[in-house]
Amino acid sequence: MAETSAVPAPSSLGRIGASLGRYRELSLFIIMLVLGALVALQAPQFISVSNLSQVSTLASIIAVAAVGQALVIITRNIDLSIESTIGLVAFVVADLLAKHVVDVPLAMATGVALGLLLGMGNGVLVAVFRIPAIVATLGTLSIYRGLSFLLAGGRQVTLTQLPDGYTSAARADLFGVPIFLLVAIALIVVVGVALRRSRFGRQLYAVGSNPEAASILGIRTNLVIFVAFALAGLFAGIAGVMWGMYFGTINASAATGSVLQIVAACVVGGVAIFGGSGTVVGAGLGALFLGFIQNALIILRLSQFWLGAIYGVVILVAVAADAVILRRLRRTQKRRPNG
Amino acid sequence: MAELPTIGGSIAEPPRPELEAVDAPPRRSVLGGLIRWELLLLAIVVALIWIGAAVSPVFLSPNNFGNLVAAVMEVAIMSLPMALVVIIGEIDLSVESMAGLSAALLGFLFDAGIPLPVAIAACIGVGVLGGLFNGLLVTRAGLPSLVVTLGTLALYRGMALIILGPRGISGFPTEFTAFGFGRIPGTPIPWPFLVYVGLAVALGFLLHATRIGRKLFAIGKNVGAAKYSGIDVQRIKLSLFVLSSTVAAIAGVLLAARFASARADLAQGMTLTVVTIVLLGGVNIFGGRGTILGVALAALALALLGNVLRLTNVSAEIQSISVGALLIVSVLVPNLARWVGSLFERARRGPPARAGPG
Repeated sequence: MAETSAVPAPSSLGRIGASLGRYRELSLFIIMLVLGALVALQAPQFISVSNLSQVSTLASIIAVAAVGQALVIITRNIDLSIESTIGLVAFVVADLLAKHVVDVPLAMATGVALGLLLGMGNGVLVAVFRIPAIVATLGTLSIYRGLSFLLAGGRQVTLTQLPDGYTSAARADLFGVPIFLLVAIALIVVVGVALRRSRFGRQLYAVGSNPEAASILGIRTNLVIFVAFALAGLFAGIAGVMWGMYFGTINASAATGSVLQIVAACVVGGVAIFGGSGTVVGAGLGALFLGFIQNALIILRLSQFWLGAIYGVVILVAVAADAVILRRLRRTQKRRPNG
Repeated sequence: MAELPTIGGSIAEPPRPELEAVDAPPRRSVLGGLIRWELLLLAIVVALIWIGAAVSPVFLSPNNFGNLVAAVMEVAIMSLPMALVVIIGEIDLSVESMAGLSAALLGFLFDAGIPLPVAIAACIGVGVLGGLFNGLLVTRAGLPSLVVTLGTLALYRGMALIILGPRGISGFPTEFTAFGFGRIPGTPIPWPFLVYVGLAVALGFLLHATRIGRKLFAIGKNVGAAKYSGIDVQRIKLSLFVLSSTVAAIAGVLLAARFASARADLAQGMTLTVVTIVLLGGVNIFGGRGTILGVALAALALALLGNVLRLTNVSAEIQSISVGALLIVSVLVPNLARWVGSLFERARRGPPARAGPG
């Protein structure tokens, strides 16, 4: 999918972004197939249905959060607080359920609403008070996490305190496809289509590729950025609810460190860190790719200690590939100014 | 949704002063000019000392001061080169992992029977190599430092885990661990403080009193103009990444000495505090502005805050919240001051034809 091509009268930059995007999602998919085949040769259980659904269930949580992150990165910002939002939401939802304050649907809705609220908090700091996103969300990363610890006060909510069947729903499937994967795909499709078809989608890319030009064109850049952060919070809220369902036992430090994985998913999926290009499909595939690697290590009985190093290399290779492709495309563009 | 009220300048990056203003103090508005950032930090430091003395009888004891300084030594040391990296408009998120890698390597080599001085030299060597790797990816490959160092944040931590695994190595000679948590005889001052002061003086001199320092500000303000005026931007960037990483490796050794144990997960999460100190110290996240004095005061303020909160038995959670809030407020206040200042200016000049930049 190439959202950028939906911009009216695509600029040369738009076309580069589009071809880059198409290249990235397809190549990532092919790499995953090849890698999967190689791992499966060594350990056939890798491609068993149970293993694949387990991998995709966990990766779906990261994918949902990565969709929100991608929206923010496309506007040339970043949300580092996303992991604290996931953690806080996961704990609040579990706590509400354990104390029997509300029923399951209301608890989930509260969690998603809380995520939206926290995202709006970031949006206000960045869009209204003009605090650089990296500073504002570095601050809220510790503030939101601090709130979790304050609320928890050392407690944790255990699996047995949750309603029957709540956590097993995380592993349920529909026609063999894990529910979480369906949720992630549905969100990616909705957001992907919205980015492609809606005015807001085009404005998002416009703000990210050139904020000054966007505001001269009459786009309310601040409003667009605010909405991007609010949506990132909303998706982090959904991811937080999913996180709580999946793990069952939740304490205040849930999801610590996952922002690395979420940003990595975006970078690997071809969402350029300087904004203006990338797709949510890419971000989702990136999350799946990282999940695959983690699982392959387990299946191949390699040490989990390799995971961090491999993630690092994957991020560096992805961003280097971006740079190489962009440079090559620019060269061809220069040679054929109108081609 | 209603139009959001906005404050200040353009959205992506704040307006940058022109290059000729390199040596002049940063442009400030009427109100902003009255508030020098370092003065404000000094006021915060004084206020914290006053509060500390009021709430706890042991606060002013030399021993407590030694403790509170020792508790932030590693992050304070790493914040100094980080300030220079941020001033040229880059960032190094990998410092905490480099500290962890250095500590892990130290433990691994010591465990293998290598003499400690050799092991420490190897750690510093790894710091240089890690910095070269970061720096070359940024300068030669032209990749954004935010992503590069995010990658090496994962990579270096992963390498630390590969080297040492979940083990903790202890049994270091006492003269080594004494350097970590001992005090200079007759004083409450921890030994690593000497490292900090030495580095702070050296980098403060470099930044504020030499041509190189002026070049750093020039690069941070306008990298294109700096390049055209003959500054070797790439080499300076590369050196700063090497410096940042090497100092992080030294901080890792100090950390292992202070804890008398080398583990692969040492220094986890420290980058956040390091960047907080740098930004709280008044260094502009987009580069071009900042002082070593400000960064040093910010480190002191953070150390005092942590100590006061601990002495008053405030939970660690509140501490994390207040550090985050402090970081946001440190950027919010100058923004608001600028905004209020521009309001004054507008009122004085009468209604302008079109709103000027904030």
